[in-house]
Amino acid sequence: MDSVLLLSTIVKIVVVAHLLIIGVMVMIWAERRVSGWMQDRLGPNRVGPQGLLQPIADGIKFLFKEELIPNHVDKPIYVLAPALLLVPAMITVAVVPFGNSIEIAGREIFLQIADINIGILYVLAITSLGVYGVVLGAWASNNKYSLLGGLRSSAQMISYELTLGLSIIGVLMLSSSLSLRDIAAEQGAYPWKWNFLIHFPAFLAFTTAMFAETNRLPFDLAEAEQELVAGYHTEYSSMKFAMFFMAEYMNMIVGSAVTVSLFLGGWHFFGLENLGGPVLSGLISFGIFFIKTAIFLFVFIWVRWTLPRFRYDGLMNLGWKFLLPVALSSVVVTGILWVITNGNRLAIGIGNVVAAFIVICIVGGLLVMNKPPEPAAPEISDLNALERNTTG
Amino acid sequence: MGLEYYLVLSTLLFTIGVIGVLVRRNAIIIFMCIELMLNAANLAFVAISRSLGEPNGQVFVFFVMTVAAAEVAIGLAIIVSVFKHRQTINVDEVNSLKG
Amino acid sequence: MNAEQICFIIFGLISLSGAIAVICFRNPIYSALALIVTFFSQAGLFILLGAPFVAAAQVIVYAGAIMVLFLFVIMLLNLGTLSTRTNIGGKMKGFAIFLGILFAIEGIYIAFKATGDSGVAREPVETKDIGKLLFSEYLLPFEVTSLILLAALIGIIALVKREKSNT
Repeated sequence: MDSVLLLSTIVKIVVVAHLLIIGVMVMIWAERRVSGWMQDRLGPNRVGPQGLLQPIADGIKFLFKEELIPNHVDKPIYVLAPALLLVPAMITVAVVPFGNSIEIAGREIFLQIADINIGILYVLAITSLGVYGVVLGAWASNNKYSLLGGLRSSAQMISYELTLGLSIIGVLMLSSSLSLRDIAAEQGAYPWKWNFLIHFPAFLAFTTAMFAETNRLPFDLAEAEQELVAGYHTEYSSMKFAMFFMAEYMNMIVGSAVTVSLFLGGWHFFGLENLGGPVLSGLISFGIFFIKTAIFLFVFIWVRWTLPRFRYDGLMNLGWKFLLPVALSSVVVTGILWVITNGNRLAIGIGNVVAAFIVICIVGGLLVMNKPPEPAAPEISDLNALERNTTG
Repeated sequence: MGLEYYLVLSTLLFTIGVIGVLVRRNAIIIFMCIELMLNAANLAFVAISRSLGEPNGQVFVFFVMTVAAAEVAIGLAIIVSVFKHRQTINVDEVNSLKG
Repeated sequence: MNAEQICFIIFGLISLSGAIAVICFRNPIYSALALIVTFFSQAGLFILLGAPFVAAAQVIVYAGAIMVLFLFVIMLLNLGTLSTRTNIGGKMKGFAIFLGILFAIEGIYIAFKATGDSGVAREPVETKDIGKLLFSEYLLPFEVTSLILLAALIGIIALVKREKSNT
């Protein structure tokens, strides 16, 4: 390995790691401000201009809080759990291409830490490890609410990981590569050739599964404040809690970046990324990628204040009875149409939507037909009798 | 690295798995030891595949993983239902044929 | 000693100590954690052997799905606090370990005897070749594994399905 390559890799690692942490801080600020805006209130606006320094103030507060370890916890695992959640969240970003290439001193430097040839498999493998932080933290807390949160989380993660994996297979088929850089480069400059249109149902399934994997609001059953206090992190305080918190936002950022490279054309936008010299075009491509990720992150916040939380059985129904069949249909249809039409993107796009529609109709119809009859509403006199029995 | 070192490591892992199955009486841990043995076999497969320069070994690893996944799912379901009936997962106490 | 050998020794030692920890811990949760560590270092060994696809599959299937299931069951049955006699008695234990060591010696002897000096030197297999082989020569076994998975799925549903209350 020559020294230029080594140096550029180190620079990239340092820059990306810091961008990620700053991104978490900005996201915490943005979430509170945007939430305030959506609910017609102000949100934090005292610390710094527009309250921008609020996350730093929060961070300092977390650092100076007392490090509390309750007596009843299983200490080694209790201490390990936050790190187990934070580390996978951070290292996933290593394979995400955050821009095209920059030419410095006659050498082309790709804006990506590591372009490994199993890129997307690496992302799936590492994200599937995030569940350990939640489950082990919940178990080590030795608290029944935490344990419930952990159980819910493990079942949820396993269920939605299937959808996550299956929904990208169509994308992989068309790009015939596992490397995220190749997938992003293959989509080209124009939005109507991007994967989110070709694989529209798979894109929706993937996004939904990603919301579930990051434990964001319609799927945040693992922490559900109203029923489980705070779920798996009830017993955590000070910096350990902050690590859980940071990991959640980091997962969101990395998840958005992966979605942008897989489905939304990566750093492309109408050929804008090719303008300027060898250095400038690289910076522009990075800017485009950054803006796309930011828009996707805004959607995260938007959904949080739009959809209420699922009930647990609703969550499982959605995952197993709707998202999984849709993702499966996308695999089958993309494969068949790719062979029949010789890779005609338009046909595949239409076929995917039609197939997903048919699948949803069939599943919905089956569910309606097999629905157990509703128990008849008890008469009022019955209720009174019941009350007398239970109180007397 | 020579092939033999990988095979030795694989043998040692397999042996630890065997000892675990023989010594421990907790059904879950016995199960984990079986997974360990399967993994040791996988390691040998991949090492030999590399040594011969043929992909066949890795294809077999793929099959082993699939079977292991199916086996774990069924085995854990059995353990859960045994625990529901008998309140124990000690394999020495689960010794009658009639549930 | 080159980098590959150092990596092999590190990963090998981690996986061995993880494996020993699996059978030594009393608490199943700790055993499961040790097993996860072993699987991880084995993924490292696979990468060392030039098999990144197998390494990724190892992490996704074993660490990402199978061990989560184990943890789920241990937590569901609350086995972490179960205090029963979980080992066999002294004499039998000694015999079991003796048998194990015998087996290991046998295996090591075969490993050195049979391989001779054919080192791991050929170039690594490409992921593409695995896919091609899987869908040509091994097509029938591949389809059979999908049937196995389906059978497992049905079996589990039959096993754990709650019987309808006949009211």
